[in-house]
Amino acid sequence: MSKNGQQIAVEGYSVDGYEFVEEIASEPGGESILSCAQCGTCSGSCPNVLWMDHSPRKIIALARAGKREEVLSSNSMWCCATCHLCTVRCPKGIEMPELMHVLEWMAIREGLVNGKVSAPAMQRTLANAVRRQGRVHELGLMGRFFLRTNPLAALKMAPVGLKLLLHGRLPLRAEKIEGTDQLKAIVKEAQAIGGGK
Amino acid sequence: MKQYSYFPGCSVQSTAVAYDVSVRAISASLGIELIDLEDWNCCGTTAYSSIDRLESIAIPCRNLALAEKKGLDLVTPCTACYRTFERVNSHLRIYPFLKPKLDRVLAAADLEYHGKVKVRHLVDVLLNDVGVKDIASKAVSPLQGLKVAIYYGCLLVRPRVAFDDPENPQSLDRLLESLGAEVVPFPDKARCCGGSLVISNVGLALSLIAQILESAHSNGAECIVTVCPLCQLNLDAYQGMVNSRFGTRYKLPIVFLSQLLGTALGIEPRTLGFERSIVSPEKVLAGHLQEGV
Repeated sequence: MSKNGQQIAVEGYSVDGYEFVEEIASEPGGESILSCAQCGTCSGSCPNVLWMDHSPRKIIALARAGKREEVLSSNSMWCCATCHLCTVRCPKGIEMPELMHVLEWMAIREGLVNGKVSAPAMQRTLANAVRRQGRVHELGLMGRFFLRTNPLAALKMAPVGLKLLLHGRLPLRAEKIEGTDQLKAIVKEAQAIGGGK
Repeated sequence: MKQYSYFPGCSVQSTAVAYDVSVRAISASLGIELIDLEDWNCCGTTAYSSIDRLESIAIPCRNLALAEKKGLDLVTPCTACYRTFERVNSHLRIYPFLKPKLDRVLAAADLEYHGKVKVRHLVDVLLNDVGVKDIASKAVSPLQGLKVAIYYGCLLVRPRVAFDDPENPQSLDRLLESLGAEVVPFPDKARCCGGSLVISNVGLALSLIAQILESAHSNGAECIVTVCPLCQLNLDAYQGMVNSRFGTRYKLPIVFLSQLLGTALGIEPRTLGFERSIVSPEKVLAGHLQEGV
């Protein structure tokens, strides 16, 4: 493991884990994987742990053991609601949701997203709306998301959508900002540069 | 009148339009002037950081760059937008290597950001700039005996906030009590409602929502007070779905803090957006007010 050009030994890593952990640690928020003490406070605090293939603590252990595919194709990070209850309790000050977002990003990039998980489709739909219009149009977002994933699920959600519509809470018209050229320039440059160290 | 740049956000202008109208309605009576940030863009939410890492900082930062030019604190009533902006500022502090990258990205759009914008949640402004005493002194129609559960949610108090406890926040309890309401014990007041997982993992989100509703209901709350558009949406619009899935019969109105404040300040209820609620708060509120809602 090298950090700032210096060799450092970290307890609990397999040799296979080095490369994977190093990749994770090079993204902002991912470096916390180096400091986890495996106490499990995150798993004990997580409101969604029972829905996860692997608990937050175990995800870190698996990553350190070099289990790239097992980690990135799990549903664990997609169950994280970013509530940060684990963050405020972690004795090492780890922001677990940030680490989870790094893993989500890597899973998408490497095409390893669990087939049962539909959150990436939603996030992609949202990001595209922001890039194109600068605003999120909730009705359009939900429509596109369900068409992409499971049009039948839309039927289950229809009563909620209808209630919102009838209460004037789902505007039909999509808004667009003036500065879409600025957003285009931001997106182009950001994608060219990348956010890692 | 103290001035602020105001960032409503996408949800506050659609699913949570009642929040927007009620915030605007109370601001003048409380001596704060909210000046809309011109041509703001969506903050990108927490979801964006799984799609593109640097974009997830740069997209919300366009708003901070616009706000910095105005030189005012940036206030948002949306807890998720608040957290996304706070993340930009804290990322720049924690990861200095991001600064030159961000500078280049913003320069491509003729923008610059020097990290000077103070990002504030509306609740912070109400409690710490206006103050509980001042608000209470302006109340003309106290919420006599109204039993409220105050739902703080997650991102108002986590991961780092200076004005309240991250797990047992109490600052709003004092405000509502000073307006005559009875604040019931609410163990789940800072637990998660599931946020946008209600779309991508509805089973998971419904079980979280059910737990929060039960916590408020079993403690005798007549309504839940919220300060986040996503929390309001999940607890209000999905309450029917919770009832059919879990065989419960909750009928708890979910009102925005600003709607209750407006009521206490004697602002015409019709201008506070109560008609937008799916579980109507009319009956509950009417029982505690001199004038009907």
